[in-house]
Amino acid sequence: MSSTRLILKDSYRENKLFKNRVRLAWLMMLIFFVLIIGRLFFLQVLEHTTYITKSENNRIKILPLPPKRGLIYDRNGVLLADNRVSHSLVLIPEKVNNIDDVLKALSQIITIEPHDIVRFKKQIQQNRRFKAITLRQRLTEDEVARFSVQRRRFPGVDIKSNFSRYYPLGAIGVHAIGYVGRINERELKIIEQSDYIGSNYIGKTGVEKYYEKELHGKTGFQHVETNVQGRVIRILERTPPLSGKNLYLNIDIYLQKYIEEIFVEQRAAVVVIEPNSGGVLALVSMPHYDPNLFVNGIDVKSYLALRDSPERPLINRAIRGQYPPGSTIKAIVGLAGLEYGIITPQSRTWCRGWYTLKGRKHRYRDWKRVGHGSMDLYSAIEQSCDVYFYDLAHELGIDRLHSFMKRFGFGKKTGIDILGEKSGLMPSRAWKRRARGKLWYPGETLITGIGQGFMLSTPLQLAVAAATLGNRGQFKQPRVVFAIDDANINEMSVVPPTQQTTITLKHNSYWDAAINGMKAVVHGRRGTARQVAKNSSYLFAGKTGTAQVIAIKQRERYNASKIAKKFHDHAWFIAFAPLNNPRIAISVIVENGGSGSHTAAPIAKDVMDYYLLPKKPKKISPVVITDH
Amino acid sequence: MQNWRKTHFLHLDAPLFLGICLLSSIGLVVLYSASGQNMDLMVRQLVRLFLGFGIMLILAQIRIQHLARLVPWMYLMGVLLLILVLFIGETRNGSQRWLFGFQPSEIMKLAVPLMVAWYLADKPLPPTYGRLLVATIFILIPMGLVLKQPDLGTALLIGSSGIFVLLLAGLKWRLIFSLLTLGALSAPLIWNQFLHAYQKERILTLFNPERDPLGAGYHIIQSKIAIGSGGMYGKGWLNGTQSLLQFLPERSTDFIFAVYSEEFGLLGVIILLCIYFFVLSRGLYIALEAQDTFSRLMVGSLILTFFVYIFVNMGMVSGFLPVVGVPLPLISYGGTALVTLMTGFGLIMAVHTHRRFL
Repeated sequence: MSSTRLILKDSYRENKLFKNRVRLAWLMMLIFFVLIIGRLFFLQVLEHTTYITKSENNRIKILPLPPKRGLIYDRNGVLLADNRVSHSLVLIPEKVNNIDDVLKALSQIITIEPHDIVRFKKQIQQNRRFKAITLRQRLTEDEVARFSVQRRRFPGVDIKSNFSRYYPLGAIGVHAIGYVGRINERELKIIEQSDYIGSNYIGKTGVEKYYEKELHGKTGFQHVETNVQGRVIRILERTPPLSGKNLYLNIDIYLQKYIEEIFVEQRAAVVVIEPNSGGVLALVSMPHYDPNLFVNGIDVKSYLALRDSPERPLINRAIRGQYPPGSTIKAIVGLAGLEYGIITPQSRTWCRGWYTLKGRKHRYRDWKRVGHGSMDLYSAIEQSCDVYFYDLAHELGIDRLHSFMKRFGFGKKTGIDILGEKSGLMPSRAWKRRARGKLWYPGETLITGIGQGFMLSTPLQLAVAAATLGNRGQFKQPRVVFAIDDANINEMSVVPPTQQTTITLKHNSYWDAAINGMKAVVHGRRGTARQVAKNSSYLFAGKTGTAQVIAIKQRERYNASKIAKKFHDHAWFIAFAPLNNPRIAISVIVENGGSGSHTAAPIAKDVMDYYLLPKKPKKISPVVITDH
Repeated sequence: MQNWRKTHFLHLDAPLFLGICLLSSIGLVVLYSASGQNMDLMVRQLVRLFLGFGIMLILAQIRIQHLARLVPWMYLMGVLLLILVLFIGETRNGSQRWLFGFQPSEIMKLAVPLMVAWYLADKPLPPTYGRLLVATIFILIPMGLVLKQPDLGTALLIGSSGIFVLLLAGLKWRLIFSLLTLGALSAPLIWNQFLHAYQKERILTLFNPERDPLGAGYHIIQSKIAIGSGGMYGKGWLNGTQSLLQFLPERSTDFIFAVYSEEFGLLGVIILLCIYFFVLSRGLYIALEAQDTFSRLMVGSLILTFFVYIFVNMGMVSGFLPVVGVPLPLISYGGTALVTLMTGFGLIMAVHTHRRFL
C-alpha cells in the first residue's frame, strides 16, 4: 500500500464510517429477519387452518367402492341375474420396458386384435404412466389360464377382474327380468350421481329397472393418501359398500321357460297370475332376446337388427301390447248386465245370427251366421253368442259399461312392478268427445260389448281380469317381485300387493252365473273351447276371444286363407283353474293366430296342465354366453 | 513479531465454524426428509460438504494479503469465462449458463465484491465519484454478461454484493437515495425493455399465484401450503405430507425451506433464523475486527451477500419475493453454491485468524 498519495487515507475517519455502516447493516438484518418471522407467523399461525385444509385436500382423495348389485332369483330359488367375474388384461406402461415386444409376446398366448392395439396405444397417450390400461376385455377361461402360467414373463401385465351382470338363462324371462346396461346421459341427469360413482350399470328395463334402488346398493368410500401423481400411498379410512338387495320373484322360471318354448315363430304373449296373491307366475312376450347382449353395450348392427325386426322382439307385448280383447270380456259384460238389473241369469234373448238397432238397417253380425237361437247368460258365454251381448250392451249403454269394466281394471294400468305398462282403452262418451271430438254412436256400444271397436287391453289386464273373476271380485295388483332379501342385515321382506280392492255385486250368485258360463266354455257340450278340456283331470273356467285386425265389410266373410298373415285375427284365451279356489289365472294372445279356441286355448290348457299336474323332473341349464 | 492466538485451532474461528456446522447438520437432516430418504443424494451432499469444508480449511490457512494479490486475476478469469459461456455455454431450461458442468457466474458472486474491495482498499474513503464510476463498471460488466444468459437472479445477487462493498466503503446517503429514486423511476422501462416474459411472469405470479395455479404459480401455492400447514410446531420430521407426497416442487433445492417449515413449524424457523443471525453477527464482528480496508470490505460484503441469499430464498419460498433461483445457504442441496459459500467463509476465517496483534 502506497503512502505517496495526494490525498492521504484518514484511518480514524474511515474506521468510524465503516463501523457505523456495519452497525446499520446488523440492524437491517435484524429487521429483515423479524420481517421473515412475521411472514411465517402469518402463514403458520394466523392462516394455519386454511393451509392445513389445503394440504389435506392435496393429499387425501376419496375413491368410490362400487356396491355389488343384488341378485335376482325366481320363486324356486333359481338364479336369474348374476354378477359374473369378467377378466381383462391390463398393462402398466411404467413397468414395461418395451411395450411393442411385450405386445408381440402376449399375442402368442392371447388373441389381441389390431383394433385392441390401436385403442390401447391411444389410451397410453391419454393416461398417466402408472395407470393400468386395458388391453383386452372378456378373456376366456383358457386365456386366463394360459396367461397365469406364463405370468412371470410379463412384469407390469396383469389380469384385472370385475363384476359384470350376467343372465344365466339368456332370453328366458327377459321381458320380466329386464336387463342392465351402461349408464347413459339421460340417466345421469336423473340419478343421484354420488351414488353411482364407480358403478357401471343401471337397470334399463323390467324388474332390473323398477327395483333399481333396491338392487343397486350403496356405494362405499375409501379415503386414500395419494401423491402428486395421484398414486395411492395408503388407505386412511374405509366405508364399505352395502350390497344391493336380492330379489325373489313370483315368476316360476320353469313355467316361464316351458311357455316360451311353446312358441317357435309366433308373436305372442302369455301372462300367468296366482289369483290369491296377485303374484305373476310367468310373463311371456315372444319373440324374446338375449339380455346379455345389452350389458356391456350392444354393437350397432345387432341392435338395429333387433330394433328393426318386423317381429318387434324388444316390445314387451305382455304389458305394452294393446289389443281388442274380443269375446274374452263377455262374462264380465254379463256381470254388468246382472249388476244393473238388465238381465237375470234366466232371461233369454233370441239370436238369429245378426242384430240391428231400431230403425237402422246395418246388421251387426254374430260369428255364427245361422244364429244360436234362444240364449240365456250361461249359454251365451258358453257359445260366445255375439247377438246376446249386442243386445245387453245396447241396454246397458256405454257409460254404465265403461264404469263397470273400469272396476275390473280395463282402461287403466294394473300397477305391475315393471315400468312401461300401457293402460289399454275403455271407451266412453266423454272419452270420445275428448280424444276424437266426436259424438258416441249407439252402434259403437254394441261392438264394445263384444270387446271390439275402440276397446283395447293388454294381456296383463286380461290375466288380472281372469284372476279377479276367479277370486270372485278380489282384485289384486299384480306383482313380479315376491320378496326383497337384504343380505346386509339378513332380513327378508315380502312385497305385498300395494292395491287390493274387492268388487262387490248385489248378489254373490252373479259370480256363479258368470263363472259357470266360463266353465261351460270348456266343459259345456257346446263350449267354444270344449276340445281342450276333453280329458282334463280338473275343472276350470275359460273364455275364448278373437280380436279382429281388419274390419270385415257388410257382405263379406272372414276367410283366413285369402288374407295376408299379418291381417289375420289375434287369438285370445283367458282362463283360471281349478274352478274353485283357483291357483292359476292366465291370458294368452297369439298375434294373427286365428281363432282363440284353436290357437290360444290349447296353449293355455297346456300351461295350466304343466303348472297344476304333478311335474316331470325339472331341469334348467344356463345358456353359454359367447363373446360378442 | 507474529503472535498467533492459540485459540485459533487450524486457523478456524470457533464460533463461525460451530454455526456453519450446525447449519450444515440441519441441512442434512432436512435433506434426508426432503429427498424422500434418498441415501445416494445424502452421500453426494456429504461429499460436497467435506469438499467445502476442505476448501474453507485450506483458505483459512493463507494470509489474506497473499490472496488479495490474486483478486484481479480471479476477476479477469471470471469475466473471460462468462464471455466464453455466451459462445460455447450449455443451454439448460432456456438459458445459457453452464460451462463444463459448472456456472462461471458463481465465481463472480465472490469475484465481484473482492474486486471492488481490492480496488477501493488503498483509496481514501468514502470513494470519489470517479472511483465510484470505475467500481460500478467492475460490477456492471459481469452483471451484464450474466443478464445475457439470461439469469436475472444471479445478476442481481452479483450486483448487490458489489454494491454492498460500496455501501460499506461509505457511499454517501445522498447518492444512495438518489440512485434508489432513479431506480424506482426507471422500473417501468426495465419492465418493458429488459425483462424476459418468464421473469415478468414470475413477478406477476408472486402477487397473484392463483392466476396460474398449475404453471408458474404452482411453486408458490404448494410452498405456502407446506409452510402454512406446518403450524407452530410442525408436522414432525419425515412427516411433511407436502414434500413426502411430492406436491412441493424443488423440495431438495430451492424450496427446502418449505420442507423445513412444514416439518418443524414456526418454532423451528425461529431457531434456524437465530443460528443464521448468530453466524451473520459473528461475520460482522470479524469485519469490525479486521485490520485492513480490503479485509473489512470483503468480509462485510460477503456477510451481507450471505444474508441476501437467506432473505431472498425465504422471501420467495414464503411468497413475498419473486421466484428467483436462489438456494438457501448451507441447507439446500447443490454443489456449486456450497463451494462458493465455503470459499467465502474460508476467506473470512483467514481474515480473522491471521490478525497481527501489536
